[in-house]
Amino acid sequence: MLKQIEGSKAVAEAVALCRPEVICAYPISPQTHIVEGLGEMVKSGELTPCEFINVESEFAAMSVAIGSSAAGARSYTATASQGLLFMVEAVYNAAGLGLPIVMTVANRAIGAPINIWNDHSDSLSQRDSGWMQLFAETNQEAVDLHIQAFKLAEELSMPIMVCMDGFILTHAFERVDIPTQEQVDGYLPPFDPRQSLDPKEPISIGAMVGPEAFMEVKYLAHAKQMQALELIPQLAAEFKQQFGRDSGGLVRTYRADDAETMIVAMGSVLGTVKDTVDELREQGHKIGVLGIISYRPFPLKEVRAALVNCKRFVVLEKSLAVGMGGIVATDVRMAVSGTGLKGFTAIAGLGGRNITKASLHKLFLEAEQEKLEPVTFVDLDWDVVNKQLERERQNRHSGPIAENILFDKGMSTSAKFG
Amino acid sequence: MGYQTVKFYQTGTYTVGNRLLAPDERSVQAGELRSNSINSGHRACQGCGEALGARYAIDAAMAESNNQLIAVNATGCLEVFSTPYPESSWQVPWIHSLFGNAPAVATGVAAAMKVKGKTEVRVVAQGGDGGTTDIGFGCLSGMFERNDDVLYICYDNEAYMNTGVQRSSATPPTARTATTMPVGKEPGNVFGQGKNVPEIAMAHNIPYVATATVADLRDLEYKVRKAMKMHGARYIQIFVPCPLGWGAASHDTIKLARLAKETGMFPVFEAEHGEVTGVLKIRNKQPIEEYLKPQKRFAHLFGKHAHPEMVAHLQAIADRNIRKYGLLDEEKAHG
Amino acid sequence: MFQIRVHGRGGQGVVTATEMLSVAAFEEGRHAQAFPSFGSERTGAPVVAFCRLDDKEIRLREPIMEPDALIIQDPTLLHQIDVFSGLKPDGYVLLNSAHSFEQIGLGELVKQRGHARMCTLPATELGLKHVGRPIPNVPLIAGFAALSGMFKLESVVKAINEKFSGKVAAGNIAAATEAYALVKKQMEERAHA
Repeated sequence: MLKQIEGSKAVAEAVALCRPEVICAYPISPQTHIVEGLGEMVKSGELTPCEFINVESEFAAMSVAIGSSAAGARSYTATASQGLLFMVEAVYNAAGLGLPIVMTVANRAIGAPINIWNDHSDSLSQRDSGWMQLFAETNQEAVDLHIQAFKLAEELSMPIMVCMDGFILTHAFERVDIPTQEQVDGYLPPFDPRQSLDPKEPISIGAMVGPEAFMEVKYLAHAKQMQALELIPQLAAEFKQQFGRDSGGLVRTYRADDAETMIVAMGSVLGTVKDTVDELREQGHKIGVLGIISYRPFPLKEVRAALVNCKRFVVLEKSLAVGMGGIVATDVRMAVSGTGLKGFTAIAGLGGRNITKASLHKLFLEAEQEKLEPVTFVDLDWDVVNKQLERERQNRHSGPIAENILFDKGMSTSAKFG
Repeated sequence: MGYQTVKFYQTGTYTVGNRLLAPDERSVQAGELRSNSINSGHRACQGCGEALGARYAIDAAMAESNNQLIAVNATGCLEVFSTPYPESSWQVPWIHSLFGNAPAVATGVAAAMKVKGKTEVRVVAQGGDGGTTDIGFGCLSGMFERNDDVLYICYDNEAYMNTGVQRSSATPPTARTATTMPVGKEPGNVFGQGKNVPEIAMAHNIPYVATATVADLRDLEYKVRKAMKMHGARYIQIFVPCPLGWGAASHDTIKLARLAKETGMFPVFEAEHGEVTGVLKIRNKQPIEEYLKPQKRFAHLFGKHAHPEMVAHLQAIADRNIRKYGLLDEEKAHG
Repeated sequence: MFQIRVHGRGGQGVVTATEMLSVAAFEEGRHAQAFPSFGSERTGAPVVAFCRLDDKEIRLREPIMEPDALIIQDPTLLHQIDVFSGLKPDGYVLLNSAHSFEQIGLGELVKQRGHARMCTLPATELGLKHVGRPIPNVPLIAGFAALSGMFKLESVVKAINEKFSGKVAAGNIAAATEAYALVKKQMEERAHA
């Protein structure tokens, strides 16, 4: 049913349609509206049977999900940013134990400095945790990916994060087609766990594993993600059959056929990128887009195939590997290794910095002319950066960086639009 | 409290000979139908108090739940010695996740059982004092305040034994650990620190809180069975001497547990909804030295560079416990 | 694409206003995207929210820097921030005030832009009168429907019914209806002036 609805509310409805049996909730912006929506549905009896547990921390949220999933219940939680970091030990543990938990990550920056706005630092920090990560471009895709995620996770008995841009998607009201219960039931079978704590058949889960077997267990986690590379397109095709929509898959291209310059990105910024590319196409520029939906597993083959015919590409990413450059860009460059393609990394939108069409225009044209630095920081205020560097050169006791920069920007007291 | 009608210590021995009892009066452990939840062959040290306590506790919980039990384990000695892959001592469904999250994992298991309508299946979580009173404390308090249907058992041996005997918030003052060495002006662990988790558990007003020792296994079984008859969050802290960590003889495990109780150092009591409802009285009060001297972790209190003032301070702590909980009959009479 | 920027203060229902605008547009079969200028706003602090309308899917995710219309829920903001920043030359302005633009010192602006697309509305008073609370957002949305002709009043009423129920919905519908009529009347008076 078509609805004009907040992204978080739409995701809450989609998750409820997946019949989760245990939901653990801990508040953190910008994911909170999702679990609030689910909590209301459980309390009103609309979503039943389901246990909704208000836990005392994100660490507990993931731990409760570990317990409930291991005991055979379909388990869900949502988090973001510091919350994801607070649960990291349990995040790795859930993957290590092979528990098919589904978690929404409303992507948000990581402090310090504390910042509640969107970028991809949080879930990307869990790149190697063993969790799969799918990135939604729109709220419609966020809804659809959750439904696919439960199926994918349970098929492989591995956990999965559905990543959606915090605020930009979670708090946006837009048109979303919410499927019916019958449609979802026809797509997603009841949870049939590969392992389950049951007094009838006692098993031990979580034993200590020494050097004699640890590598095999870890390899199998990798093997499962390699299987996911096959399964994700298959599930997207089945999804299209059942729901009539293209959603999910590994990657998606846009106006890429004859493109000489390709823009690679993940998440909601793809919309602004596509609008910019349309305008540049009208001006005769041969430019196209590669959207990555599946960040883990990373579809090396599909990324290579999408880029191999262009002349150059820009990875536009909302994340930064400090001391190195791009995080997604590293993977993309791995995918095209040996092709001799010219690749640029553009770091943009950190901590919610607006990514505007105007900035992208400039960036893409510079990329086309191959005038970009290998790593570009989009819309970085160099005056402020240089001022602070100078301050540090001149004064040993130069004070806290973030507060100095706020002072320089004159933003410390007055709220400012834009 | 969990008394047996026949008091064998009156015959001059503390050993409980269940063979002399009628079958229906026997302990779970002496019964023919005991579940052997933690099977033999595990790798605990000789004289391990935790292995003994866990065996009694889990078998009792199995008996009371009609063998419908799922066990959750924090990281620690119990987890390590019972499950070196690919072997497992556990004859019950068992999961180990992390050091600090056993209460939350147990909450999840209990929630799964509830949502699936398996109301007959009960959940026990367990950990050592480090996993319980320190790193798992946030999750423990959360599980308590939500009154989740979990019995949490803390096997308290007063330090991080699995990592090589470091101080925990359950380590007593003056005790030597690898991080509270017997050097300097105040050798061993300092006075004025640590926390009393049974009392903190009581402050959550949960249905049941109890302490027990491996010296009185009848009482231990009684408390586990009583806890298993209830629903909601329940907590039992079992005093389990660690020969290795305490520098004590393996054959002294039971004796030290008994002395901890008989000196007043470890008050044995039970409480319902935040109120103490029973205490195990001291039968034969002992001076604190009797408890301290067999343990190398307290050796620096005695001998050439003795610290009698510290011994006196420990005695004062024991005496305060005796007053506070009414551990002596005459105290009760005067109180 | 038509882009609306709403300025107000925390507690005045600024975000709700854009959400309801988007619902009204949705009710008329259009694509709409409403989103706040995400922040940890506190009651009384300046707040901005945005709404885009289009006949096709809206992909753009940048904030609205060159709006086609401004709804200003609190006239005291005029002294604090540049609410008119980026407003298109033929853009609409709806200001919550019981006074005229001239009376609050914006006579010059009206001279530059002309009267046809600018209007003030005593929205707080309407909120107090019909809902019992000084929340100006619903009267302003209805007033904007009248000013711009972008929506029918019925679509605003549908959006109200989706958000509220019972007495609150009825009060808001009454406020919206009066606001719509007030703005229509102003527009007609000017057209005949």
